[in-house]
Amino acid sequence: MIANIPYLAVAGLIIIGLYTILFKKNLIKMVIGITILESGVNLFLITLGYRLGSIAPIFTGNSEDALMSYPVPQALTLTSIVIGVAVLALMLSLIIHIYRHHGSLHVSKIGGDDQ
Amino acid sequence: MIDMILETLQTGTGFWNPLTWIVAFVIIFLIVFIFRGMGNKSYKKGTGQTQAFLSGNKEYEKHQMHVQSSNLYWGWTESLKWVIDMLKKMHTGNVSDYVLWFIVVMGLLLLSVGLI
Amino acid sequence: MNIIDMLLAHAPALIIAIPLLGAFLTPLISRVSDKGRNIFAIIILGITALFVFYLASDVLANGPITYVFGSTAETVQSSTVIRILFEIDALSIFMAIIGIILAFVAVLYSYAFMEKNTGLDKYYTLLLLMTTGMLGMMLTGDMFNFFVFLEITSIASAALVAFWTNKSKAVEAGFKYIVISTVGALFVLFAIALLYGQYDALNMAKIAQNLGLSGFTFLDKIALVLLIAALAMKGGLAPMHMWLPDAYGRAPASISLLLVGATQASLYGLFRIVFTVYGDVISLPTVSIGWILVLLGIITMLIGVVMAIIQTEFKRLIAYSAVAELGYMALAIGTGLTIVANADPTITLQTAPFAMKAIIGGLFHVINDALDVGLLFLVAGAVYYATKETSLNRLGGLARNMKYTTVFFIIGLLAVSGLPPFNGFASKLLIYESTYQLNPILSIVAILSSILLLAIFVKVLHAVFLGPALPKFESVREVPKSMLVAMAIIAGIIIIFGLFPNLVVSNLIEPAANALVNNNSYLQWLTGGI
Repeated sequence: MIANIPYLAVAGLIIIGLYTILFKKNLIKMVIGITILESGVNLFLITLGYRLGSIAPIFTGNSEDALMSYPVPQALTLTSIVIGVAVLALMLSLIIHIYRHHGSLHVSKIGGDDQ
Repeated sequence: MIDMILETLQTGTGFWNPLTWIVAFVIIFLIVFIFRGMGNKSYKKGTGQTQAFLSGNKEYEKHQMHVQSSNLYWGWTESLKWVIDMLKKMHTGNVSDYVLWFIVVMGLLLLSVGLI
Repeated sequence: MNIIDMLLAHAPALIIAIPLLGAFLTPLISRVSDKGRNIFAIIILGITALFVFYLASDVLANGPITYVFGSTAETVQSSTVIRILFEIDALSIFMAIIGIILAFVAVLYSYAFMEKNTGLDKYYTLLLLMTTGMLGMMLTGDMFNFFVFLEITSIASAALVAFWTNKSKAVEAGFKYIVISTVGALFVLFAIALLYGQYDALNMAKIAQNLGLSGFTFLDKIALVLLIAALAMKGGLAPMHMWLPDAYGRAPASISLLLVGATQASLYGLFRIVFTVYGDVISLPTVSIGWILVLLGIITMLIGVVMAIIQTEFKRLIAYSAVAELGYMALAIGTGLTIVANADPTITLQTAPFAMKAIIGGLFHVINDALDVGLLFLVAGAVYYATKETSLNRLGGLARNMKYTTVFFIIGLLAVSGLPPFNGFASKLLIYESTYQLNPILSIVAILSSILLLAIFVKVLHAVFLGPALPKFESVREVPKSMLVAMAIIAGIIIIFGLFPNLVVSNLIEPAANALVNNNSYLQWLTGGI
């Protein structure tokens, strides 16, 4: 049971992130929801690479036969974190422009004309 | 090389050759043109014979008589008003609704493919 | 010469590297001169186009090419695939040809269209980055690499959609687009993590081989559903299509052209995953994936055309008709998938030959739709450049002033609604005749949508180009020559594809359809060749 706690945390983070994107009416809260969703997926990637009782996968100062966790998911997670930072910067700069035009951050203000 | 260009497209139950179509189109166009040339050429230009008939109503200026695009196809949009109103309510422009539709479709697919 | 042979041997890497290098050199060159920067972007994309066409001739003659990044040795060591691999077969190079044609025409059109704007160094940098991402999505053979290029394309295109920051509507459309793209891409990453956790492989061929050997578990089903839903949303299938009119309608016209290519790259990812990665196990689900794609296609077509008739903005209307055309592609490929993925061993491609014709029609429609809808977007951009009006209610009588633009619009109109002798008719004829044999109602809905598309664009032709001369458009003149040349290139390709359809189908589309249906040639480098 204790080995499954990271997976329960992943499920919880994803559900909280989706709830925030779907039901909150403030644009900044929506961006925070996207960040929480992305943290959940990154946690899932990291958890996949763990082996019980392993150390960090670094060769310097450790013997070569020590039990090490898998390094590939760690590389994937680093890439995903960097992509998340870029997306977050773009979204926040667009919100600054929207606030200058409309003066409010309510999500119905960016509805646009739909015919 | 020349027969590779002139091949016809096989659709499994039929075929389509655009060059044959163009030849047929040109022949029929020439026939219609000859028929048009056999018409009656005697009419007086500039008199009332060449003006549009408006049944006695006053004719507006030329640039005011242009039908606007939101008034075209009025009959079609009136008779399908229930469909169009339902679709307009669906397209709200709210970004939370866009993600909601995505989650709904994903949920339906999970239920149908994953569980059944 | 030795240097030319060395360059040609590394063509897959250079197709990605040259636009990337160009994107990062553009701000430096734009400090020196503005015209030099525009010419530089055109030259970069021209060199990339030469490499793409060389690679196309190589792949169509010799079969799939694998290119390993960083080493000359094979990448399989004790049955684990290491290093990133680009695998290019006939379908990938077909989509890459579409992508590079659209990118080249977009840069040529932007030479005059965006001339009076400021901040153009950022525009050209982002456009070259978007081309890199699009071409990378189409050429890669690694799942996580696909996710990275998907995100590069989304970020670059969202920034380009919001390029006119003085208009609040463009910035809103960019924000909506980046929120939707990020949510979709995060679910794609979740599915990739699921597949990696089960099979310890990120390479598409290796995952396909492992899926074939170990069967179809519950986690594989969840990964398949997540990938289909997220990539269908990025590809604009209803009812998740609502970001498309906002993004296409408010971007600059050359960016709308390139966004069509990015949307079709996401659809290419969907086909690659359903047919090649899951190719051996796709017949196992009880509810057929093919019928799901057919249903999504029908809903997309009907929603697209009904919403398009009531629009009053020019580019938003063309965007809704682009949604309808995407439904045609999903319908055709879904029809083929119902036969390919059939669990009944008596129904195969030989007993039901309409499935192969449906897939050929769907793939031919991909390139036809990109060209036709692209030409319509370029005409809309030309009208906006000349008159600064976007609303159909306030335009009228422009055929007197803009003769060439009217001719291009009529060509685009006839091609989009599938009238002979243009290319839309050839691909739509294949789709009508093959979907009729699956179920007659599908073919009836497809023909009805074509007729409504003709009605929509005749309405636009009357409202914008025909009619009496309005006094406020007295001084409107024809658009500059580079925009006309860009529109003429696409119109020329439309006419050539229309007059010689079998030349395109037998040389370009049939190898792609064969590579899609049978994934043995994709796995050949892994299984040692059969």
